[in-house]
Amino acid sequence: MQTSSRSPPFAKPHPAGRWLYPRPEGLFCEAGGFYIDPSKPVDKAVITHGHADHARRGHGAVLATPETIAVMKIRYGENCAGAFQPIHYGETVSLNGLSIGFVPAGHILGSAQIIVEHAGTRVVISGDYKRAADPTCEPFELVPCDVFVTEATFALPVFRHEPADKEACRLIKAIRQQPDRTHLLGVYGLGKCQRMIALLRRSGFDQTIHLHGALVQLTEFYQHSGFDMGSLRTIETGGTDRRQDYAGELVMCPPSAIADRWSRRFPDPATAFSSGWMRIRGRARQRGVELPLIVSDHADWPELITTIEETGAEEVWVTHGREDALVHQLGLMGISARALALVGFDDEGD
Amino acid sequence: MQRFASLLDNLAFTQSRNRKLALLADYFVSTLDPDRGWTLAALTDGLPFSLPLRRILPELLSSTVDPELYRLSRDYVGDTAETVSLLWPEQANKAAEQPTLSAVVAGFETAAKDHIPQLLSNTLDRLDISGRFALLKLLGGAPRVGVSARLAKTALAQAFNQDIGQIEEVWHSVDPPYLDLFAWLNGTGARPDPGGRPVFRPMMLAHPIEDSDWLQLDPSDLAAEWKWDGIRVQIAAIAGDMRLFSRTGDDISRAFPEIASAFIGRHCVLDGELLIVRDGQIAPFNDLQQRLNRKTVSSRQLRDFPAHIRLYDLLFEGGEDLREFPFQERRKRLEAWHAKTPPPLTDISEQVTFADFDALSQIWSGTRAGGIEGLMLKRKSSPYIAGRPKGHWWKWKRAPLTLDCVLMYAQRGSGKRSSYYSDYTFGVWIDNSSTAVEISEAQLVPVGKAYSGFTDEELLKLDRFVRNNTTDRFGPVRAVEPKLVLEVAFDAVQLSSRHKSGVAMRFPRIARIRWDKPANEADTLATVRTLL
Repeated sequence: MQTSSRSPPFAKPHPAGRWLYPRPEGLFCEAGGFYIDPSKPVDKAVITHGHADHARRGHGAVLATPETIAVMKIRYGENCAGAFQPIHYGETVSLNGLSIGFVPAGHILGSAQIIVEHAGTRVVISGDYKRAADPTCEPFELVPCDVFVTEATFALPVFRHEPADKEACRLIKAIRQQPDRTHLLGVYGLGKCQRMIALLRRSGFDQTIHLHGALVQLTEFYQHSGFDMGSLRTIETGGTDRRQDYAGELVMCPPSAIADRWSRRFPDPATAFSSGWMRIRGRARQRGVELPLIVSDHADWPELITTIEETGAEEVWVTHGREDALVHQLGLMGISARALALVGFDDEGD
Repeated sequence: MQRFASLLDNLAFTQSRNRKLALLADYFVSTLDPDRGWTLAALTDGLPFSLPLRRILPELLSSTVDPELYRLSRDYVGDTAETVSLLWPEQANKAAEQPTLSAVVAGFETAAKDHIPQLLSNTLDRLDISGRFALLKLLGGAPRVGVSARLAKTALAQAFNQDIGQIEEVWHSVDPPYLDLFAWLNGTGARPDPGGRPVFRPMMLAHPIEDSDWLQLDPSDLAAEWKWDGIRVQIAAIAGDMRLFSRTGDDISRAFPEIASAFIGRHCVLDGELLIVRDGQIAPFNDLQQRLNRKTVSSRQLRDFPAHIRLYDLLFEGGEDLREFPFQERRKRLEAWHAKTPPPLTDISEQVTFADFDALSQIWSGTRAGGIEGLMLKRKSSPYIAGRPKGHWWKWKRAPLTLDCVLMYAQRGSGKRSSYYSDYTFGVWIDNSSTAVEISEAQLVPVGKAYSGFTDEELLKLDRFVRNNTTDRFGPVRAVEPKLVLEVAFDAVQLSSRHKSGVAMRFPRIARIRWDKPANEADTLATVRTLL
């Protein structure tokens, strides 16, 4: 990812930039000797949440919420890091004279904003976050700070997500209107999958939901964590299902499976995809999506702007996504902002 | 407006042609006049207006959306109408009733020019995102929503159980909102009568020849003629009036007034190729493009890009319909008709004589003359059949040329490819004689641009390559490190004063992506020039 050279110049960078700055491995806190969501193996990593571009294997020690640690172990194995230290929301640990706190980010189960306080300055690294309600995770908690580090996945004014319940109802309606077709819903395996199931259940959809094998383990993890997902069934590879068994049914699968040979087992499948990208018609058409559902686990444009304003931060650092537009907008609002040239984040996932 | 908007939404997200046809057919049957007629006009590019939205909209928005944010959004979304539909501020106290399609059309049709921005703004205020998108697509003319004019007419035929050929035959005698057309289709009105008006007759098209075709063909059954590198047209002249139609039945007469005058007073329907011919020489296709898609034409263009018709076929002579006659017979009638009183600016496409397929193959592979795209093979006994009937006409395009070029710039696409870097400018080395000179971009010169020929999967890989190898940005364009070789296929190379390299490719497309090939082994400008 290249960063724009159009960022407004600023006279005096915030002093926090002397002890917290990007390195090739990721955002580095020199004062504490750790990285936040590093893209390469490091000695000490502080992880905001379990998505693969933030939580990677091979670190010496990992500090993260118990849910994030559990996800990492499910995905990469028990020994994917030298040591794990769980930390709950609201807790703080001290390290080399600075303190590290975790509060909910509202992105997925276990996702956290990381509060680093050092030398009288409070920096909040929000990871990925959203403000909209989500039945499968704790809501975003606003923490006033001096420097706010934000994502910019949907940082263009065209991105305004729809109310998630309304989108779930559209899907239910489409399933009922076309009883001879299978509805195939593409979802990311961690977070979006379980959120969509919960939203559908909440809107009264009580049919069994069929899951692609790749979605099962993480969904079971949510069930063990106490979320009621209703009746679920795994689609076995080489199973003996007949095509007509899937007429009028809902199948959930990873986005990649929609276009795959795998999806040909269903009768006349109608594809739906739930993502903030579905706001753009071209993105839906690129994937051959018939029913684009604009449901995202990231903040949309109004949420980004409101959140930044509410933190009262003097300076904003923008990580991955459409940083040009956000930096420009913050400039208009008189908030000092700059793009961190961080590499390794997937600015397409949602 | 809501029905029209949701039709456009559904069409946009429907892949299958049959499902699109069903959506359209259902709409035409279940929607009342005149709304359905205006929709049909919008889908067939027949609306009586087309507003310069690219200019008006940024001005209208500039009071509520920062111009830089608009630019970044437009660049990302890849479509002006869609960008504005998303950015337009939602009105809190919107009326429950959206305006009807016909009310909107009537409003804009009668509005004074200086009142249009205000009217547009007021109408946008009354609509939701889908409605705004539909409105802007409607007003911008030619709403590219994945439906061709032909598909819309096919759906109309399906909806009313009518033959598509019948609809195409009456098409140019009806006008939006097509009340008489719908009345006829409904069985409540007479077939629209073209009367003295020149109308389009659906054209006969060829199949590309396949290896397996040769075995089933007998050379003595076939006539061969050159496939000229212009555009296929139909000339319909009757009672002091004439129309020049494109292959799809679009009326392009206004862009070619000299052809119109050449046929005024004649009574016939002809099939031919529209070309630019200077001093008896066919000019490059690029020259013809200077004349296409224009509503008016300047005297300078008439002089610099003189149009010409090379005739292939005679469909009607006077009032006599020749389409049922064998090709050989029609050809004789064409020659006799032309010999009697040839219209100015026309000639007859010469036939290619051959003894057997080996001889024909030699002619085919030996021809690199300007203006020739390949050969056409026509069964001597075939009638003129609308559409693309199997087993009658074949096109045998000459093999493409290829060059290894280096990717230099990439631009974001639009529509289905919005936000992906899908348009590629590539170049060749100016000189490779210098030994061990460090390879830099300065030595490459662009020779063309291509945005097709690769799969969706390859597009993702190319997009990632562009993002990971960007060296500079100019708005929506990125310059990339010159290290990826693209094997580019094209039909011809022409001299061009508009390109720094002095050459331009005709029909370039990506044949292969040479991830394996070092950039310094790509071709040079000297090689390109040998193909001129």
